[in-house]
Amino acid sequence: MIYFDNAATTPVKKEVLDAMLPYFSEKFGNASSVYQFGQQSATAILEARQKVADALCCKPGEIFFTGCGSEADNWAIKGVAYANRNKGKHIITTAIEHHAVLHTCQYLEKQGFEVTYLPVDEYGKIRLDELKAAIREDTVLISVMFANNEIGTIQPIKEIAEIAKEYNILFHTDAVQAIGAVSINVNELGIDLLSLSGHKFGGPKGVGALYIRSGVRIDNFMHGGGQERFKRAGTENTAGIVGLGEAIKLATENLSEKTEKIKSIRDYIITNIEEKIPYCRLNGHPTDRLCGNVNFCFEFIEGEGMLLLLDMNGISASSGSACTSGSLDPSHVLLAIGIPHGIAHGSLRVSIGEINTMADAEKLIEVLPGIIQRLRDMSPLYEEHLKNN
Amino acid sequence: MYSEKVMDHFSNPRNVGEIENADGVGQVGNAKCGDIMKIYLKVENDIIVDAKFKTFGCGAAIATSSMATELVKGKTIDEALKLTNKAVMEALDGLPPVKVHCSVLAEEAIAAAIQNYYDTHGIDKKVAKSCGHCDSCGCEH
Repeated sequence: MIYFDNAATTPVKKEVLDAMLPYFSEKFGNASSVYQFGQQSATAILEARQKVADALCCKPGEIFFTGCGSEADNWAIKGVAYANRNKGKHIITTAIEHHAVLHTCQYLEKQGFEVTYLPVDEYGKIRLDELKAAIREDTVLISVMFANNEIGTIQPIKEIAEIAKEYNILFHTDAVQAIGAVSINVNELGIDLLSLSGHKFGGPKGVGALYIRSGVRIDNFMHGGGQERFKRAGTENTAGIVGLGEAIKLATENLSEKTEKIKSIRDYIITNIEEKIPYCRLNGHPTDRLCGNVNFCFEFIEGEGMLLLLDMNGISASSGSACTSGSLDPSHVLLAIGIPHGIAHGSLRVSIGEINTMADAEKLIEVLPGIIQRLRDMSPLYEEHLKNN
Repeated sequence: MYSEKVMDHFSNPRNVGEIENADGVGQVGNAKCGDIMKIYLKVENDIIVDAKFKTFGCGAAIATSSMATELVKGKTIDEALKLTNKAVMEALDGLPPVKVHCSVLAEEAIAAAIQNYYDTHGIDKKVAKSCGHCDSCGCEH
């Protein structure tokens, strides 16, 4: 099998699994217990926290483990919104956020908050002047994703943070796709809150983290016991946290070397698709994009058929078509960058990870043109196009 | 997620193509929703002697087009009009709930092709079909 869906999830690395395994049955103690057997779990969590802090260049006391990336997003946005209600009720985000951010903002709108969803340009970038124009006296939070999960576009994070700071507004970024792909120093970039998720970079599912800069006012999201310095209740997922710590250490080591390799596979795929398949369009920014992201729209066809035929050839990829999203509308990200509905249905996302080789890319390029042609030969839209041209 | 029959009809679709000088052609759906089915019928002595299709859509849309054209071949016009989306689904050993609309589209495409056959052959009849399933595709119903 060729796995080209690394933006969806990644396999747990062997070293990560080895680090986790003792914390299931052997060292199963509760980290909150005072006896030594429990305290060894507390120590393991402390070490993992240090690894996350090292990866983001912050203090370990600013890292809080959560149950997933979505929880980190929910906590950051709801927590800041409620804690700063006296200051204001306005939040700025973008139209292309992950649903963990979008649906959280929509929920807050029902609670009386007001949200501006910034549009993006044809490459998926926000415009800084539009961000500035959207700022109000009662704006308490700007939440802009580091890099988009579908089209891979990387936002001008540093510039956004500078604007937020200038107006004394907190800045959150959903960096779930960026860890292990982009070097991140939260202090240099000026980020106040950052969400991440373990399984996107070789760690386990079911664990994430939120970076909260010291001094940021934020309400608790999960209420209960005193875990995570009384900020996030719930018995710690020790094995998961240990796994996340090990994974983020490995993912951020020799970063440029790894990303160069992945980028060369990406560029091979992009160049060959553009060369071999007519009526296609690369979605996302041509250069400011994640090293592992390829996203194309192919005219006259629907994405699910493409995925099924790729699967029959042993290749796993994804699409932003309605059929794969479970609704009638294609991906909100593709619509936001101005792709018409009919064409957005024919999108393909290939997300490359550390496990992929150039041979995987060659195999994809060997089968993809035939798959597209086969579906086009069945499509009444292609028939119409041929007749009109 | 799909039955073996659906996968068979998706990967080896029957009756893909066009019929030159078809007696009836029907097209339903739209690109916005992600499904368009176009069905061609050849009719001799009130019997559908050939049926072909072109479909823009997901795996289920292609499989239901394939099955629907198979089911109407050799049938009289009246028999073909009795083809229901349920019969298409049963012939495919079922569809996931979110894909049921594909079978509805197949039933409608056959009906639209038959209506076109009536209209182009001076037969003063109206096919009485209404989908009533969604308000998003922009179809006339």
